[in-house]
Amino acid sequence: MSLHRIIALFMRHIYLYRRSLPRLMEIFYWPFLDLLLWGFISLYLVRYRENLPNFVAFLLGALILWDILFRSQQGISVSFLEDIWARNFLNIFASPLKPLEYVVSLMLVSSVKIIIAGTIMSLLAWLLYSFNIFLLGISLLPFILSLVILGWAIGIITISLILRFGQQAEVLAWGLALLFQPVSAVFYPVSVLPPALQAIARFIPASYVFEGMRGIIHTGSFPHHELIQSFALDTAYIGVAFLFFCLVMKTVKKRGLLAKIGE
Amino acid sequence: MADPIVEVTRLTKFFKTLKAVDEVSFRLEPGEILGFLGPNGAGKTTIIHMLLGLTTPTSGSIKVFGLDLEKHRSEILQQANFSSTYVSMPYSLTVKESLEVFAWLYDVRRKEEKISELLRIFEMEGIRNKEVRHLSSGLITRLNLAKALINSPKVLFLDEPTASLDPDIADKTRTLLRRIKKERGISIIYTSHNMKEMEEISDRIIFLHKGRIIASGKPADVVQSFRRQNLEEVFLQLARGEKA
Repeated sequence: MSLHRIIALFMRHIYLYRRSLPRLMEIFYWPFLDLLLWGFISLYLVRYRENLPNFVAFLLGALILWDILFRSQQGISVSFLEDIWARNFLNIFASPLKPLEYVVSLMLVSSVKIIIAGTIMSLLAWLLYSFNIFLLGISLLPFILSLVILGWAIGIITISLILRFGQQAEVLAWGLALLFQPVSAVFYPVSVLPPALQAIARFIPASYVFEGMRGIIHTGSFPHHELIQSFALDTAYIGVAFLFFCLVMKTVKKRGLLAKIGE
Repeated sequence: MADPIVEVTRLTKFFKTLKAVDEVSFRLEPGEILGFLGPNGAGKTTIIHMLLGLTTPTSGSIKVFGLDLEKHRSEILQQANFSSTYVSMPYSLTVKESLEVFAWLYDVRRKEEKISELLRIFEMEGIRNKEVRHLSSGLITRLNLAKALINSPKVLFLDEPTASLDPDIADKTRTLLRRIKKERGISIIYTSHNMKEMEEISDRIIFLHKGRIIASGKPADVVQSFRRQNLEEVFLQLARGEKA
């Protein structure tokens, strides 16, 4: 055992964190999100403990739907990172490919990943917990589509930020979607959140989806209003994401960052 | 005189306050190999990236096949290709799958036929089903060059394509490039730190230093004008700022 070699590697990581705000924030980011999420779940359980007849369905349904959103975002951001890690990025962008064609191809990859992940999750929930998500009915499909679109929008914003800020922003590929989780009311109703966060939740399409899912489980009726609101917000999110991506592409080409990230 | 394949006029690139490329103008003629020489940071790679539309120039114009690159990027790149020793191929794909991806990207007709032809030319038939991650850097460079020919380009941009190759494969690659140039009339812009290679392969060279063209012409003429024995001596003189 050599202390100086251990110190050398310790310093190597400390130097890394000293100059990288995203890496430094990561230290606080995950505990903060965990605290928020589990705090609100605990509040929900305490407040409504006598009125939770379908709690298993709520939780498993929410988990499967959240995973669909997460896979949707990952399908974009991790597929993008694959080309960066393989140092193949410049070969792709030195071809006739247009930026929007690139994004659409990632959306296709994401769709395949969602279908596979969704099927596996649903099968496992059925085998292990006798929970059949399809009992919720075909009415759940438009809500799933809404989550997929939100996941794409977050994915596109993620890759734009990685393009702009480089390798140090890679952590966003795993973290950005989770920022939306506490205010998406995934595992508890929006009413559990404090007023300020309820106001934010109104601008998150996923919050309408999860409220809608609970509505379907609870009352069996289809929440049209929630669906329309989630799609309206989705349209705005995906539009802004595309616009942001195009603007970032222009900036990175101007600053020579596209070439830098590809080598 | 035939129309140039590439025509660059007063091309300038600033990165913040650093002038990476300074009012560079040149033409690439049909069937010509134009070599870019210069020390690290001279602006060679930045010029290639601007020619591929990967970096936006601060000022100046780039015309390829007589078309403005900014307006016709996709159309131009359909007939161009690129290879760099610093860029790899998809690691988890096999050699054949990698080439298939690029055959689709460039909308190549008769993909299978084209891939087989390239694998034969680059002596890679035996490893067509091997994953890229298991290839040596030399083989990846060859695969990159094969990719660069997938769309039968009219112009090739090669950034130090032989940097990671052993002398035997590097020599074979140069022979191959000369053959392709002769048979298909491809025009090539080529960068390298290997002066012997540049002397051997280039029809014309451009010396860059701190973003500016400081000498250009046929290799032998440049060597003679500096009253030196070879390009390496010229390079050292220019890079160190010594007078002729």
